[in-house]
Amino acid sequence: MANVDTASMTPRPTRGVESNQDRLVRIQKGLRRRRAAETRFRAYGAGAVLLAVGFVVFLFGSILMQGIPAFWQPAADLKVTFDPTLIKVDPKPVQQDGQSPAEFRRATLDWERAVTMVNWNRVIENAVREAAPNVEFTPKDVQAFVSPNQRFVLRDMFVRDPGLLGQTVDVELLLSANVDNWLKGNIERSLADDRQQLSPGVRSLADTLYADGTVRMIFSYVLFTNPDSRAAPAEAGLLGAFIGSLYMMLIVILLAVPIGVAAAIYLEEFAPKNKITDLIEVNINNLAAVPSIVFGLLGAAVFIGYFRLPLSAPLVGGLVLVLMTLPTIIIATRSALKAVSPSIRQAALGLGASKTQMVFHHVLPITYPGIMTATIIGVAQAIGETAPLLLIGMNAFVATLPATPLDQSTALPVQIFLWQGNENRNFFEPRTAAAIIILLAVMLILNAAAIYLRSRFERRQ
Amino acid sequence: MKKIMLSTAALAVVFAGHAYAQSRDTIQIAGSSTVLPFASIVAEEFGNAFPDFKAPVVGSGGTGGGLKQFCEGVGENTVDIANASRPIKEDEIKTCNDNGVKDIREVKFGFDGIVFATSASQGDFALLPVHVFKAVAAEVPVDGKMVANPYKTWNEIDASLPAQEINLAIPGSNHGTREVFQEKVIAPGCKEAGLPEMDKEAMKKACETFRQDVVVEIAGDYTETLARLQANPATVGVFGLSFYDQNKDKLKVATVNGVTPSLETVASGDYPVSRPLFFYVKGEHIGTIPGLAEYTEFFLSDGISGNGGTLETAGLIPQPDADRTAVLEAFKEGKTVGTN
Repeated sequence: MANVDTASMTPRPTRGVESNQDRLVRIQKGLRRRRAAETRFRAYGAGAVLLAVGFVVFLFGSILMQGIPAFWQPAADLKVTFDPTLIKVDPKPVQQDGQSPAEFRRATLDWERAVTMVNWNRVIENAVREAAPNVEFTPKDVQAFVSPNQRFVLRDMFVRDPGLLGQTVDVELLLSANVDNWLKGNIERSLADDRQQLSPGVRSLADTLYADGTVRMIFSYVLFTNPDSRAAPAEAGLLGAFIGSLYMMLIVILLAVPIGVAAAIYLEEFAPKNKITDLIEVNINNLAAVPSIVFGLLGAAVFIGYFRLPLSAPLVGGLVLVLMTLPTIIIATRSALKAVSPSIRQAALGLGASKTQMVFHHVLPITYPGIMTATIIGVAQAIGETAPLLLIGMNAFVATLPATPLDQSTALPVQIFLWQGNENRNFFEPRTAAAIIILLAVMLILNAAAIYLRSRFERRQ
Repeated sequence: MKKIMLSTAALAVVFAGHAYAQSRDTIQIAGSSTVLPFASIVAEEFGNAFPDFKAPVVGSGGTGGGLKQFCEGVGENTVDIANASRPIKEDEIKTCNDNGVKDIREVKFGFDGIVFATSASQGDFALLPVHVFKAVAAEVPVDGKMVANPYKTWNEIDASLPAQEINLAIPGSNHGTREVFQEKVIAPGCKEAGLPEMDKEAMKKACETFRQDVVVEIAGDYTETLARLQANPATVGVFGLSFYDQNKDKLKVATVNGVTPSLETVASGDYPVSRPLFFYVKGEHIGTIPGLAEYTEFFLSDGISGNGGTLETAGLIPQPDADRTAVLEAFKEGKTVGTN
């Protein structure tokens, strides 16, 4: 670009001395230089775009390559016998006449605990022995083969239907994380025994049953139906984190949008222009640039320290994210309001509308698409936020699904962070990538929904 | 819009009011990242075994961070249990007491080994504490005088070690592991290195000052150390034995004093670098937070932290049965630390 300028700026030789021929040559030279500069600039631009696309493709490619296999995991189809010699429990209590509901609940809980204490591992072991009669393995091998929490699957089946006692049923049991690594080749198969996670017995069990079709790769539904799990990594899922994120999103939408829009309307339409409102405006703009971790510290000090709200609760996380999202929504809504043509305001006022009527009947409806965009940007930012949540204890291990926004929970991005730190690297590296894919999918769905809503609002006008 | 705003405000008030009225029914745990995997497994099993209690929530933040949260005070918005990979310190007990936490019950539940490991592709290390000291110290004795650490490769320290550049990833000071590293490796190594005569203060400083160019302090967890080893294979990393166990396809472990770390050698005491693991229960919360006593008893039961229990499979080194029962008895009696 610079040489274009210097070319045209060079002092011209005095006219007349220069022949036509020379002038032509000079002009053509200048033209060539300018064209070359333009071509170069275009090349730079195209190169920048290509580089950016390349990075994105590389990033998504590596995540997809790593994550997609994690959506399948091995399970075994076993014939499980609910053997009465192993399952020695009283019949399930039924409510008797004169028994209070509390007593009945106590009796049921006691019975459930007795069912839990049944040696379900033996039940599973017998089923595995039946499926692989020719493989040598120890009882410990079976516990390393089948995912540890599958015994609770059998327990829950029995609790739901005690009539299963003595029967043999087909059950699909998930296999452990290390079997997953072995069958997928995530652990080097040629390594010596002392560097393998699984004993030779488990490995031959896995290979034999995989070869005869008893063990199949099934879709990892647990990713979507289970909360996190440490005892049984193969059964760790994202549902708990998803619900946590959902609660926080709802709180952000319910609080940040109305407060933000109201603040924006007041500042833009009603507030007098003076030093105080100027100060507020400057502060809001600054607030939008505050790093999110600061909001986390603030949340920990105010909501947990002062208001004594519970630790690790999505309510607190949501409130912190509301603070973080507010400036974004206020600024975007104000610029949407600014963009409304003054003629609309004047027309409304001219026809005798009050200022409030003018704002709510005529100005605000036009800005709905803008507010919608602001909300989406704010919510998308909030749902992907991790740093402030770490400071209010939302990075804890939570094995249950949160029933209310006051129950302890994690959030999707925090769950990714937690899985990234899990010791079983071979298993959790792909699982983490799978979690990233799910988080990205949630974001894409949100954005798609928002774009759809926005275009509908725009069409209506 | 007005209606939405009003209802939102109402909702916020209801939420806040609810928070005041409701008492917490889930145990809240924080602390050591070494203990976290064990505590999480117990929490999950507890939730499964006791249908009437919810599974406790286990946070991390390192031993120091966890105890700090633990000592913030008594009440529903403070944690009930702090996991620790070292015993609680005097000043921490003091902070606790000042904030009203007086009934601190110590529960020791097993041991963990600390191992030195390299990428699987690297040479074999047979380390002595003095090797490690000479690798990390800022100044080392040469011919009876302290000089700036001249060693660049391991075989310069001792001919038996591989000719590999010295690079070490050690846990940051927020980790309990760091203290064990100083106490069980650096201190004996420093003694053995034969430092010239100097006063106590100067000696302590000479022993505990590390050079910054080749020693990296890891503030995060072991996965961060592992990532560093994968980025620079010439690094020697410090890990917990249970972490090494889960990643032995990628890591090669070093012997210390000629002993290979394993469940057996740590349990027998042959492997020198090990430490007990603890958790601290806030006695004031027993009875208020449901399941707190039951969780502790469950943790100390034979099937969980005993020999052959669930936690041994996960890499914990169990303590002898007699010790385990003694700890349980002390907990039940309400024995507290610090107050005597």
